Amino acid sequence: MISRLSDEKSRAAIAASIERRRVDARGLLFRTVLQACLLLTLALLAVLLITVAFDSTDQLGARFWDFLGGTLRSQSGDEQLGVHQAIYGSMWIAIIVALLAFPIGIGAAVYLEEYAPRNRFTSFIEVNIRNLAGVPSIVYGLLGLALLLNGQIFGLDRLTGGRSTLSGGITLAILVLPIVVITSGEAFRAVPTALREGAYGVGATKWEMIRTQVLPYAAPGILTGTLLSMARAIGEAAPLILVGAVTGRLGDNPGLFDLGALDERFTALPIVITSWTQQSGRDAGFATAAAAAIVVLLVFVLMMNSAAIGLRNRFEKKRG
Amino acid sequence: MTDMSVAYPERLTVDQLQIAPSRRHREAIIRYTLLVTALVSVLVSALIVWILLREAWTFITEVVWADTWGQQGWFPRRGLYDIPTIIVPSLIVTGIAMVVAGPLGLGAAVYLSEYANRRVRSWLKPALEILAGIPSVVLGFFALTWIAPNLVGPIGRNTFGVIGAVILLGYAAVSAGIAKAKIKQYREGVADPSARVGAVASLAMLVAVFAVAGAWILGVWLDFAPNNAGSLAAAGIGVGILTIPLVASISEDAMAAVPDSLREASAGLGARKMATATTVVLPAAISGIVAAFIVAISRAIGETMVVFMAGGAADAARFTDSPFEGGLTMTAAIASLASGTDSVVGEGLTFQSLYFVGLLLFLFTLTLNIIAARFVSKVREAY
Amino acid sequence: MSMTDEAPRLIERPVAAAAEPQAAEPPPAAERDVVFRSHDVNVYYGAFRAVRDVTFDVPKNEIMALIGPSGCGKSTVLRCYNRMNDLIKDARVTGAITYRGTDLYDERVDPVEVRRRIGMVFQKPNPFPKSIYDNVAYGPRVAGQKKGLDDVVESSLRKAALWEEVNDRLNDSALGLSGGQQQRLCIARAIAVGPDVLLMDEPCSALDPIATARIEDLMQEIKQDYTIMIVTHNMQQAARVSDTTAFFTADVRSENDTRTGILVEVDTTQKMFSNPADERTENYVTGRFG
Repeated sequence: MISRLSDEKSRAAIAASIERRRVDARGLLFRTVLQACLLLTLALLAVLLITVAFDSTDQLGARFWDFLGGTLRSQSGDEQLGVHQAIYGSMWIAIIVALLAFPIGIGAAVYLEEYAPRNRFTSFIEVNIRNLAGVPSIVYGLLGLALLLNGQIFGLDRLTGGRSTLSGGITLAILVLPIVVITSGEAFRAVPTALREGAYGVGATKWEMIRTQVLPYAAPGILTGTLLSMARAIGEAAPLILVGAVTGRLGDNPGLFDLGALDERFTALPIVITSWTQQSGRDAGFATAAAAAIVVLLVFVLMMNSAAIGLRNRFEKKRG
Repeated sequence: MTDMSVAYPERLTVDQLQIAPSRRHREAIIRYTLLVTALVSVLVSALIVWILLREAWTFITEVVWADTWGQQGWFPRRGLYDIPTIIVPSLIVTGIAMVVAGPLGLGAAVYLSEYANRRVRSWLKPALEILAGIPSVVLGFFALTWIAPNLVGPIGRNTFGVIGAVILLGYAAVSAGIAKAKIKQYREGVADPSARVGAVASLAMLVAVFAVAGAWILGVWLDFAPNNAGSLAAAGIGVGILTIPLVASISEDAMAAVPDSLREASAGLGARKMATATTVVLPAAISGIVAAFIVAISRAIGETMVVFMAGGAADAARFTDSPFEGGLTMTAAIASLASGTDSVVGEGLTFQSLYFVGLLLFLFTLTLNIIAARFVSKVREAY
Repeated sequence: MSMTDEAPRLIERPVAAAAEPQAAEPPPAAERDVVFRSHDVNVYYGAFRAVRDVTFDVPKNEIMALIGPSGCGKSTVLRCYNRMNDLIKDARVTGAITYRGTDLYDERVDPVEVRRRIGMVFQKPNPFPKSIYDNVAYGPRVAGQKKGLDDVVESSLRKAALWEEVNDRLNDSALGLSGGQQQRLCIARAIAVGPDVLLMDEPCSALDPIATARIEDLMQEIKQDYTIMIVTHNMQQAARVSDTTAFFTADVRSENDTRTGILVEVDTTQKMFSNPADERTENYVTGRFG
């Protein structure tokens, strides 16, 4: 191209390019537009948090402990209105997720990363897990509905009590399982070969090597993944709607550590938020109650998320 | 080479080169336990597919197919299952979400990857991650109580008109460019005669799409009724905000995978940052960016709560193609039918209809995810 | 358990090998005790043959150096002796390696026990991110030892000439040691399980000359207790420390751009460096090639 240009033309082109260099208006505009994209996103986040915080003061400011200790009510002005049952449900769902999804997910990741031979079956399992991670959450709700409530395959409804905290917890454990497997697998892949060889070199078996080298080294990464998936689980509402979380009134108000209520009807924080938001058209006071419940949920979710992010950043820095 | 010619200081037997049986058994037990945990995911997938197919099959074989197309709406309890009534809103919500999340997410990603310095990044990345961690019910609340009255209601008509016009003009410009190139190609005789058919066909398609989209935008604009309550537009914006971090993080990963040597080569040729970003980095990362958009579309189609809360429809809906009215997406149709009642009741196939819609949803998202995975692996192969 | 279960086993048993007329018997081990014998060892990574037909003996309580240009497969050969190649997916070893009269690749042989008896020190010091004490006690602990660990740790560290430097900070992280100290710690860690052989894979390539000299001295001190095989690309080091030297080179096939490691010759180090039988060895040790 350049060879075809006459001297004059090329001189003009060079002059023009130098001219342009002085004020790069397009570059500046481009950069500003990019910054605007980020700022707009963050502004939306800020507006969201401020709106919610502002709306929540009616409940959390005026009757903080009553709200935390109260139950589901049909009127927003009810002085017994509150989220105690929802906290019970969300807390136990989180515990069930931790008990089921974490051991199974981490175990699956250990198998796939450390034991599985490289063959078609292994890559089938891996592809399968990646696809599961992309399945919409409501489909897991359909699974829970058929499996745990209607007992269509194994008669599991007798075990879970049907529409119960247990059903909700199991459904969400299945939902986050692929996330746990994927994040743990990434953590295992980051373990240096030198450590593995060092352990094998002095006569460790595979499991001894994994227990003493891989798991400790990958622990922060696994913890990050489990915290993120836990946060995801307690924020999920769609599958719980299908497994029969209660949106109207719930008679019982079990103590926080009342194991006997696990197979009884339940609700959870995201469900309460949904229900109150939808009722705010009829009874405007429910909007502030929903905002207050959101603050409670966000405290849990953001605590877990920031712990996970902080943990990851710390270890990334440490390992450079 | 006979053993006799060699003197071994101490001969060992095979038995001495084995570990204790207890240790060996423990290894085997652990290995098989771990295998079982890995198989759980296969079981879960099998159960999902099996249950969806089983119930959906009953629906497919027993439903009156005449009632699934061109009816007044989705009224499952009355046995009216108009499929376009739940598909069109899904597409509207997804489209709006992508109009929001696409530019914002990609812009944020380019800024983070190409412009932001270390210190700015260390603040912005966690902020985006916080946004990524916000549960969808919170966005549902926000969409209904803030987006609907403040962004959609009062300014809805004009905003929609302006954005619609911008999109249409952009489309027109692109199609004009393509048409020009095709005609030039044809005139220069580069293409074979069959290209003429191709050029005409693609031109016709461009015009047709333009006409349909233009008519739709004009129609919605004319029919606009102010609505401060839930609407597909409010839900779409909410879903869009929800997917911004997804678009941003996957695109940024793709751009981070572009080797610095390419950027240096570009800078070495005298290119400015913007030129490097748009002509070197973005084209090199295009597969990953496409993947980001596809994943975001899949996520938006599958998103339930924002639409369920802010979509402005109860468990049944009339057909609508206006983003400013309430509508039922596929996900919201499932959630609202199951919500608040003791069991899914209604005409015979109501329960099965949930699974039919679930199957559609599953197939849509699975297809999109598989395509996205292809694009992601392209990025991996390249670098 | 291991990858070799899946790989077709082409290992010839020593008994079977005995029936064949064998002319290419390597000379050095005539009157000396032998720990390892290898016969026609080939190593494949998938379809690619990394090492071809390696046959030689390893005498007891001596230091044997494996030298040669990079890519000649000397590390690959070394890793056959404690079955480290089992850990690489798609790797396959054929031929026969006997260890004290037993086929090392017999299906009943457990590589875990092999690695306890045949320890390994790696190119880059790889202490575990644990305390100095826990590093040394690691091997005995996984083998089930619970008592007397203090004695094992002390004697291993003494043998590795590290005790004086670290006895007051055994509970400090091993990662705080210098490179040379870390490598000696890795030697102590290998010694702690009571091995018979130590395989060293370029143990000094990441160290400065002073730390290198300490390791070389250490090797001389411990060779009365152990048989040592060392891979090095440093010819002076081989000449300084070893009793026997095996020279490998790469057989480059330009038509398909593959390089396969072959053994050129094995002899006493003195002979290899003064009067080698093969011209290729002479070219290499005199620096004309490599």
